[in-house]
Amino acid sequence: MFLSMNWISDFVDLSGLDKLELINKFSLSTAEVENDIFFKGSDLSGIVVAEIKSVEPHPDSKKLHLLKVDAGDGELTDVVCGAPNVRVGLKTAFAKVGAQIGDITISPRKLAGYTSNGMCCSEKEIGISDSNDGIMEITDDLACGTDLKSVYEIDDIVFEVDNKSLTNRPDLWGHYGIAREFAAIAGRELKPLPTVDLTAYNNLPKIDLKIEDPLCQRYSCLQFEGISRHTSPVNMRIRLFYCGMRALNFLADLTNYLMLEMGQPMHAFDSRKVEKIRIKRFDKPFTFQTLDGVEREIDENTLMICNGDNPVAIAGIMGGLDSEIVEDTTTLTLESATFDAASIRKSTVRLAHRTDASMRYEKSLDPEMTTEAVARFVQLLTSIDSGAKVVSALTDEYAFKYDDISLSFNKDFVNKYTGIEISDNTIVKTLKSLGFGVELADGEFTVSVPSWRATKDVTIKADIIEEITRIYGYDNFDINTASVPLYPVREAQEKSDETRIKDILVKRYSMHELHSYVWAYYDEYKALGIEIEPNVELINATNPNIKTIRKSIVPTQLCQVKYNTNYDSDFAVFEIGRTVNGYGENGLCDERKKLAITVFSKTKDMEQIYFELRDTLAVIADDLKHQKLTFEKMEQAHSYQHPKNLNAIVCDGKVLGEIGIVNSAVSKKIDKKANIVYAEIDVALFAEIANASISYEEPSKFPEIEIDLSFVTETFAPVAKAIDNANCPLIKNVSVVDTYADENGKSITARIIFSHPEKTLTKEEVLDVVNTIVAELEAQNIKLKNGLPM
Amino acid sequence: MSQKTVEVKNAFLEALSKAENMEELEKIRVEYIGKKGYVTELLKEMKSLSPEEKKTFGQEVNVLKNEVNDKISEKREELKQKEIELENSRMPEFDISIPADLKRGSYHPITLVQRQCEEIFKSMGFAIEDYSEIVTDYECFEALNIPKDHPARDMQDTYYLDNGQLLKSHTSAAQNAIYKKYKDALINEGKPIKAIFPGRCFRNEATDACHENTFFQMEGVMVDKNISISNLIFFMKTMLSEVFQKDIKVRLRPGFFPFVEPGFELDISCLICGGDGCPSCKHSGWLELCPCGMIHPEVLKAGGIDPDEYTGFAFGLGLTRLAMMKYGIKDIRDLNSGSLKVLSQFTDDK
Repeated sequence: MFLSMNWISDFVDLSGLDKLELINKFSLSTAEVENDIFFKGSDLSGIVVAEIKSVEPHPDSKKLHLLKVDAGDGELTDVVCGAPNVRVGLKTAFAKVGAQIGDITISPRKLAGYTSNGMCCSEKEIGISDSNDGIMEITDDLACGTDLKSVYEIDDIVFEVDNKSLTNRPDLWGHYGIAREFAAIAGRELKPLPTVDLTAYNNLPKIDLKIEDPLCQRYSCLQFEGISRHTSPVNMRIRLFYCGMRALNFLADLTNYLMLEMGQPMHAFDSRKVEKIRIKRFDKPFTFQTLDGVEREIDENTLMICNGDNPVAIAGIMGGLDSEIVEDTTTLTLESATFDAASIRKSTVRLAHRTDASMRYEKSLDPEMTTEAVARFVQLLTSIDSGAKVVSALTDEYAFKYDDISLSFNKDFVNKYTGIEISDNTIVKTLKSLGFGVELADGEFTVSVPSWRATKDVTIKADIIEEITRIYGYDNFDINTASVPLYPVREAQEKSDETRIKDILVKRYSMHELHSYVWAYYDEYKALGIEIEPNVELINATNPNIKTIRKSIVPTQLCQVKYNTNYDSDFAVFEIGRTVNGYGENGLCDERKKLAITVFSKTKDMEQIYFELRDTLAVIADDLKHQKLTFEKMEQAHSYQHPKNLNAIVCDGKVLGEIGIVNSAVSKKIDKKANIVYAEIDVALFAEIANASISYEEPSKFPEIEIDLSFVTETFAPVAKAIDNANCPLIKNVSVVDTYADENGKSITARIIFSHPEKTLTKEEVLDVVNTIVAELEAQNIKLKNGLPM
Repeated sequence: MSQKTVEVKNAFLEALSKAENMEELEKIRVEYIGKKGYVTELLKEMKSLSPEEKKTFGQEVNVLKNEVNDKISEKREELKQKEIELENSRMPEFDISIPADLKRGSYHPITLVQRQCEEIFKSMGFAIEDYSEIVTDYECFEALNIPKDHPARDMQDTYYLDNGQLLKSHTSAAQNAIYKKYKDALINEGKPIKAIFPGRCFRNEATDACHENTFFQMEGVMVDKNISISNLIFFMKTMLSEVFQKDIKVRLRPGFFPFVEPGFELDISCLICGGDGCPSCKHSGWLELCPCGMIHPEVLKAGGIDPDEYTGFAFGLGLTRLAMMKYGIKDIRDLNSGSLKVLSQFTDDK
């Protein structure tokens, strides 16, 4: 919303104050002012009233005329002008030689052979409207040579307030409310709004009016006759234009002017079309043509202004074409009303049509304002057009009245909330300047909220704190740390796990952390041939490419790997992010936090990167939980999984996730030559795993015995199990030192290290254990390859 | 000394002087004092000597044998020394001027900024909380004093899910749960609520260099018996000064958010021009950074906390924006792009 400093100054005397500083304070105390401040008229000088005394056609040009104008210099000035509306007797805006218009300084200039000593200007050229059809036509009785700026409010400071920062302030949607803020900020008096006494018309007939729907809170109307004026006064037009509105005709301008001044939208009907004003909704949808000529679908929730049963306007949004004021309108009916804000907002959304009026109604306007606005309208109308006459009594139905709000609090409350000391006097003065009623008795403040703040904005004591502090100025606050009792704060296990997992992956394994989206991007999945599996869906995404929430990070990560295939021959990426595993209890989403890792390599073989990734996971489990991982074969269930080497990751008896190879169908689409493996684990499940604490054991001072056993076996698992089953406390470490495959099959060499804390072991003692292990394996038909080593 | 002994000795000294490595030395040792070595052989000749002569000759040979032994030891040390010198001399000089291989992992820039913020608040005794990305309408709106039909809901284009839940549009959605989690400790044990909760948020809007549908915020709350606006300003200023590691000027403007009263928009003096005005701050000298305010009584109530007894402040910091400002990231979409050319640069930052 654009605001005019001149307009504001109608209601508060700001003379002698730095306007820019005031605007800045307004930004800090009330609502955000946009950065660009417009100094209207500042690039304009030397424009005077001039009368055209003679007009002669230019001998060589059809468009140009040779004029003699009286610019008040005592002699006539020769001017060449191309405007279509030049005529003798027309008074216009004239830029004299030496005048300034923007960057241009007017100087004598030859136009098609004739010298023009100045320029007749259009309203657009001097920046007071967008009308460029011809030169300005001045109808006011002004002497030639009068500086235009001395009679018209061309000089102004215009600033823009972000509409969003006014959503909660219905009172700030007009200049008068803004002026109240400036008065409070500047410590000056707010002037009363010039109005007339409407009771003077009480003897005139009333208008037939009935509110038939609770969505209309108040409806005030009044009838006029005898309006002869068509064009608005120049100053009114300038203000409308500076505030972003086009001047149309006097009546439309006047209703707009009232809206910009008071924030109260108004509408003028042709009285013949609204003989029986009824406000209601309809049972069935229908189409309705608004005054912009558009046919709109009206449904049963939309409040309408009607003439009897005939709709004439969409309440609070826009009037109808049929009831608009036309050429032969003699009597008009002025509407000033308030409606239920939520209803207007919903209708606006349904109709997809937001107007200056509906924008205001959505904010919950003050119903007390409707008659005040009528009184102001009458005052303005009659002062501009003396022929205008009120022909009805004020007809006013007030169906819904907001409760009066009164709030009580003491000084302690203010001190506690602000943390600073603000004097009683400042509190009282500030609240009064904003229109609040304040009583202070026995240290207790009783504050009555003015009607324009009581529709939803100020309802609780904390709201009063805001009123006091914003005017006090947050820049003036002493800032202090809080005095609160101290207690230790323990970090959640999951949080600490996450931090350490990231550190291990980045610092030890040189992996890169990525973020990806929580939904599947349809086209990216498609490009890799990854099926989007049914899951929870978004219902209102504006991007047609997204809908389904991911079940696993792996596919989204593979899409990112695809994007990076040129980054390096080898890289690994990871993400700790969210996935949704369908619906859980109560139909709520089963959201899971997961860690996904993908390793991409063009230099190492699949087995190598697979085991490197397996070891990475084992290191995480060992480092964070001092636990070992085991793996259990899984069946392929998703299109990105390879049917082989797909293993569930198990820790402390819990399945945490999986490790696998990317299905060739997918990996070929990522990179024909690369090997890609992935793993995914549930971070929350991992966090729940008990941390097996470090069990320290003093190293034995006696020599260890190292025994290598080669078994003919496809997998190490049975060997490990047999060693485990031996349950021998002397076994300190088991490792695989060799695997060998030939035509006779595969053999695996395990190295077992024995040691005793208090003595040197004998071969016999060790051999007993070894024999137990070998016997168990032989029972499973797993034989020693080369017999016992001793 | 007998002729024989002298000959052997001379021959030994000659051979020793020519020995150039351990193998040759060992050969000499075997040749002279091995079982069948020349010195050992000398003793065999004693058989033909008289007892007197035997004694003299025996002593003579023994002296020689000791001498040979000593010389060999001496020579061995000498050769060892030479060998080490030789080995040392064989080591080439490396070209240390070759650039270092910096191949290493990277953190997401959000992780780095988030960790910095968490450190600051941890040091001031705040708990760090985590929250889900999918929340209920109650958590995201109702509990935050944003009832249905409230115009504030227009301000956020929220992603709704088919089960009626939604992707949280702001980290404030976690407030209610945090209050409920800590209220008993607050009320019964007098432990103030001090928590921050970083998290990912979502807005249903088209993306461009400045707009993302997925971004990070960090919410913070503090609730106790006497928490004030003055405290709020202190914590904001302290946090931001720590984050940017310089004294940051802040200013508060009224801002409307239904879940705070009074509500503020917090601006910081432009980091680039220091407040003089530049294109980055649109010549205003200020950057809008962080909505904040005193927690609305209705919001405390919804969290089970009596607003007549307790007050608190809340703030929401745009972590994504902060990361962009801190590292000069121009296109917000880079953050979720997964591009390693971009992201691998963020190795660590403390």
